[in-house]
Amino acid sequence: MMRTWMKLGLKPRTYAQQKALWGFIYVLPWLLGFVFFFFIPLLSSLRYSLSSISANAQGMTIEFIGFANYLEALTVNTSFNRVLTESIVNMVVNVPIIVIFSLFLAVLLNQKFFGRAVARSIFFLPVILASGIIMTLESTSLIQAVNDQNAGSGALNALGSFELEYMMLEAGVSETVVNYLTGAVDRIYQIVSQSGVQILIFLAGIQTISPQLYEAAKMEGATGYEAFWKITFPMVSPLILVNVIYTIIDSFSRNALTDLIRETGFTQFNFGLSSAMAWIYFLAIAVILAISTYFISKRVFYYD
Amino acid sequence: MTLARLLSLESWKRWLWSFVRLTLIIGLSFVILYPILQKISTAIKDKKDLYSPIVVWIPEHYSWDNFMQVINIMDYWTTLGNTFALSSMTTVLTAASCALAGYGFARLKFKGSGILFAGVILTILVPPTTILIPIYLNLKDFTLMGIIPLLTGKPLNLLNTYWPFILTSLTANSLKAGLYIFIFRQFFRGIPKEVEEAAYIDGAGIGTTFARIMLPNAVPSIVTVTLFSFVWQWNDSFFTTTYLTSSKVMSTQLASLPHNLSVQLQDGVNSKADPFYLSMVQDTGILMAILPLIVIYLFVQRYFVESIERTGIVG
Repeated sequence: MMRTWMKLGLKPRTYAQQKALWGFIYVLPWLLGFVFFFFIPLLSSLRYSLSSISANAQGMTIEFIGFANYLEALTVNTSFNRVLTESIVNMVVNVPIIVIFSLFLAVLLNQKFFGRAVARSIFFLPVILASGIIMTLESTSLIQAVNDQNAGSGALNALGSFELEYMMLEAGVSETVVNYLTGAVDRIYQIVSQSGVQILIFLAGIQTISPQLYEAAKMEGATGYEAFWKITFPMVSPLILVNVIYTIIDSFSRNALTDLIRETGFTQFNFGLSSAMAWIYFLAIAVILAISTYFISKRVFYYD
Repeated sequence: MTLARLLSLESWKRWLWSFVRLTLIIGLSFVILYPILQKISTAIKDKKDLYSPIVVWIPEHYSWDNFMQVINIMDYWTTLGNTFALSSMTTVLTAASCALAGYGFARLKFKGSGILFAGVILTILVPPTTILIPIYLNLKDFTLMGIIPLLTGKPLNLLNTYWPFILTSLTANSLKAGLYIFIFRQFFRGIPKEVEEAAYIDGAGIGTTFARIMLPNAVPSIVTVTLFSFVWQWNDSFFTTTYLTSSKVMSTQLASLPHNLSVQLQDGVNSKADPFYLSMVQDTGILMAILPLIVIYLFVQRYFVESIERTGIVG
């Protein structure tokens, strides 16, 4: 290695310099993609959102019109405001439920019981099934809807609700939270199918907690609930932040606003308005992410 | 005496807990499996059983008719082949480029790599909708900074080809690639530095260290990323329906299945088609689209569930 460098007339590099060079080479493919498929499009999207775009024989003309598109989206467009608030409210309601639910299930799936392997593979199935087109089509399936009405899924939900309420009350959770959760029970399928990845993350986190902590707590006479609140919960609290962020991001792919933005862009060919909508959406998400990160990270416990 | 009573109370509580846990897990598993079971039951039903009040789960008349319809309308085997090729191609390329980038960010620090990693986080946070239109226009008239028009005289139209997928996955910017880079980075950060130094002292260059020592250690995270990437590409309707409008891949075929179906059944007059029957065939279509994934999952799930626990997601 050294000799080749000498032969080429280059001065031999230190290990650190070599590492830096190779680091840049390794990152280079991503960097190219980042510039061409992310950063430039992001800037052009910002430019489109501030312009009026019309297609003609020469191609496209882009004319700067300031914030007119933003004003149109917020004041003129009939459905944008409603869809935006709906998407955000849905997200804000769902995120805590999904995170709490997946933490609970992760704790459950971490315990030893008969058939654990089977249960785990069933619970991770939504990671595979509940995404993209299948979700969209499923929500329009007529047979599904009618069968849900007939086949007593009401009884099923009531059962789930009762057990959950019982569990949670026993685990020492306050009643408001329990009511909130049982309110979510009619959407149980939606919640379960969106928490696959989050369960995985929590489960992985729980398994990194050293067993000695639990042993020591048991010797001191801690009950299972105490062990959960004093050991498991603080130890996985950094992952709560990760999961909140993941859940928020995951909601991008399946909400009505995305459809509206696409439709404005590709059906009505109003690229300017569509970009403006997308930017408003992005800013709203950014604000929510910033607020939740701020509040959660103040309470997160880091074990170092 | 008191001890014995305490013990029995304890064991009673433990029994109660296992019972409740069992109920809960069976109940929730049922909620997850319910739509799949429902689809299977619908798919094997004959048209006659649709309105029969006595048929709830197990049909009275079995038939392969729904499957035949779906195979016919979706051009199933071609579609399956195309989707498989597309997904495996993007998966391999994405995993390779993301592993390189993840290792670069984790271990081979250079000036500015911190700022670039902030860029990775940014790609995770920005909704793909925001950049969809410029990317679409860019791919429609692909110029590669003005080089291609110089050579051929006109820009290339890359839409309706696999090139958008190849290019984005080769450069680690495909669907959710930021997440994969993050997973790999976290994992490589967890491997002790001493391993790397030992390899260097024994004469391995950085490329050799990566290929011969780091990658074999990274199998859990490779499995995770590969599975995620394959599945999400398979199911993705967002980019796929934008880039590929007329190619036969699963998600575009599924999206247009209801339309094609009513055209097929009613010779274009879709107002008279029985909506129940349409829905029945559509359910069969969904079932057949996810069937390959379920089969794959059955084979890799054990490995997947084990490996995710050793992956670096947790940091």
